[in-house]
Amino acid sequence: MTHREVVACFPHLANYAYAFKYIFEKGFEVKYLIPPPISKKTLEIGSKISPDYVCSPFKYSMGCYLEALDLGANCLMQIYGGCRLNYYGELNATILHDMGYKFEFFDMAAVDWKSRKSIFENFRKINPEMSVVKIGLAVPVTFKIIQTLDKFEDYIRHNVGFEVNDGEFDRTYKEFLGKLENLSGRSELKKLSKIYWKKLNAIKTDKPAKTIKVGIVGDYFTVQEPFSNYFMEKELAKFGMEVYRQMNLTCTVIHNQNKKKRKIAKKYAKYNLGATANCTVAEAIEFAKAGCAGIIQVKSFGCTPEIDAMPILQNVSRDFNIPILHFSFDSQTSETGVKTRLEAFYDMVEARNGR
Amino acid sequence: MKIGIPRALLYFKNEKFWTTYFNEIGVEYIISPETNKEILTKGENLAIDETCLPTKLLLGHIDWLIGKCDYIFIPRVAYHRGYEMCTKFLAQTDLVNGTFRDRKIKLLFYNVDDKKIYRERKAVMKMGKFLKVKRSQRKYAYIMAKQAQQYFEMFRDQNQERILEESKKSKILLIAHSYNVGDKYVGEPVINMIKSLGCEPVIAEYLDEMKCIRASHEVSNNMPWAYNRHLLGAIELLKDKVDGIILLTTFPCGTDSMVNEFIVRKYKDKPIMTLTVDSQDGSAGMETRIESFVDILQLRKEKQ
Repeated sequence: MTHREVVACFPHLANYAYAFKYIFEKGFEVKYLIPPPISKKTLEIGSKISPDYVCSPFKYSMGCYLEALDLGANCLMQIYGGCRLNYYGELNATILHDMGYKFEFFDMAAVDWKSRKSIFENFRKINPEMSVVKIGLAVPVTFKIIQTLDKFEDYIRHNVGFEVNDGEFDRTYKEFLGKLENLSGRSELKKLSKIYWKKLNAIKTDKPAKTIKVGIVGDYFTVQEPFSNYFMEKELAKFGMEVYRQMNLTCTVIHNQNKKKRKIAKKYAKYNLGATANCTVAEAIEFAKAGCAGIIQVKSFGCTPEIDAMPILQNVSRDFNIPILHFSFDSQTSETGVKTRLEAFYDMVEARNGR
Repeated sequence: MKIGIPRALLYFKNEKFWTTYFNEIGVEYIISPETNKEILTKGENLAIDETCLPTKLLLGHIDWLIGKCDYIFIPRVAYHRGYEMCTKFLAQTDLVNGTFRDRKIKLLFYNVDDKKIYRERKAVMKMGKFLKVKRSQRKYAYIMAKQAQQYFEMFRDQNQERILEESKKSKILLIAHSYNVGDKYVGEPVINMIKSLGCEPVIAEYLDEMKCIRASHEVSNNMPWAYNRHLLGAIELLKDKVDGIILLTTFPCGTDSMVNEFIVRKYKDKPIMTLTVDSQDGSAGMETRIESFVDILQLRKEKQ
């Protein structure tokens, strides 16, 4: 173990905390704290100390940090990206230091990824005695965990709307996640994923031959984190729809498809629009071609790249004759409003499909 | 051939550079007029609700230009002096193309897509080639344009420094992006108000850019945006010479939403006021706030 107790913590992103936990405990050999699941309280305390019209992922991460700090985390981490996300880290740290908390902050935006020295020095902040070999061994397993999670979630997304006994998919998946928390290594993961993949496949579904498919596109955080889009995928499944989504860590970090997607979107967007905007456009085109009945764009309020993609999406909608619904989430979006709009969307899609 | 330049966003930063360049290569151009009510309403109707005010104005200006010229000049700049830009500047070409698709506008492309310094020259040369200008003439025009812009900025900086030293009035540092300060709808009323209250506005944008960016490294390690670094550096350089700071922002500016919070937290001993402008009219509220801010500054001065 390390010379001092390091408790590392990432803000929540869907269920990937289990993958992060593995790499930090087995690779960096520090403790990893999975912050409490996102709740209304997280958002409330997060938005209280955040600037007014910053995008909502910032508020969520702020809330997560506060909750984790109270539970004893002392090394907070933040990722980086192609938009405002690049500046999250510094502002997170400034605000929390101002409030009087004491912690180490590891900001990935500060790392110069082209220089090996800079990478090494920055990662040493987490654990000064880290062993590169151990991290190297842990990375493939971490990727495998992420891929497994994405595979399971994709399957659930396609089928959960048609389950015979309510909540069976959810229960099985939660059980699987619970077992992931104390994973020992690759072989156990293999065994677990085999068992639970079988279990998921064995769940009885009542799927008609022709279903209504909807695609979800949107900004990186909001589309992936179910709480921040008011569990939209679940709501859609309740109507008996098949939900499709391409944006996940497998498609962006492990098998980076940005270039491919930019090519698909080329006709509508000549250049890189920043962050995930090109992916949003490309995914919308792909969903339209694959025969989806409708597309839903979710984004946090004020997400600049996604706003720039909106006029382009409207052109896609016109060309492919497919309805696109835009959702903008902030800390104060009403749940009923979201539900009403989804219902109207469902009615419209159903009427168009002539059923 | 006639080129239309919208008086919005990057125009305010590179005004002299572009006009000189087009003059030198002998291409005719028109610039859309100062922002007025009509342009603002047009832009508002064309844009998505959540878009920031400068982009709304850009769309309004382009709407004015359509039909009056052959090509519309929309630059895309992803990097400036090695630093990132707001994603707005990355997307504006495609945004305009998407919004005005049905009206079949022709765009003059200009794309700076690399961190490297020579990329700007390359982009300018490529644009000249598209306009069928001889290579030697293009080169000459680029050098002339660059010089014109540099001298313009230098004189502006010197002028400001002279005011800072000579003026006995209380000075207010106005922190706002070039496209906000220069715009008739956003920045000008604020500057006029400060002047009419007997104070001297010191405009951060007019300070030398490189000097400011260097100074900004003392405050922030990894702020990614060039324009925000410029403004932050200006505060760092002038914090002891001015009495108060006004942060002028348009709603909902992506970069300012975070950087303003950072500034307020870093400079706690300076009086700072945040002014947010959106497309709603009415300057009475703004006037009251600036008045009370000036009063507070005067009280502070008397105490000392």
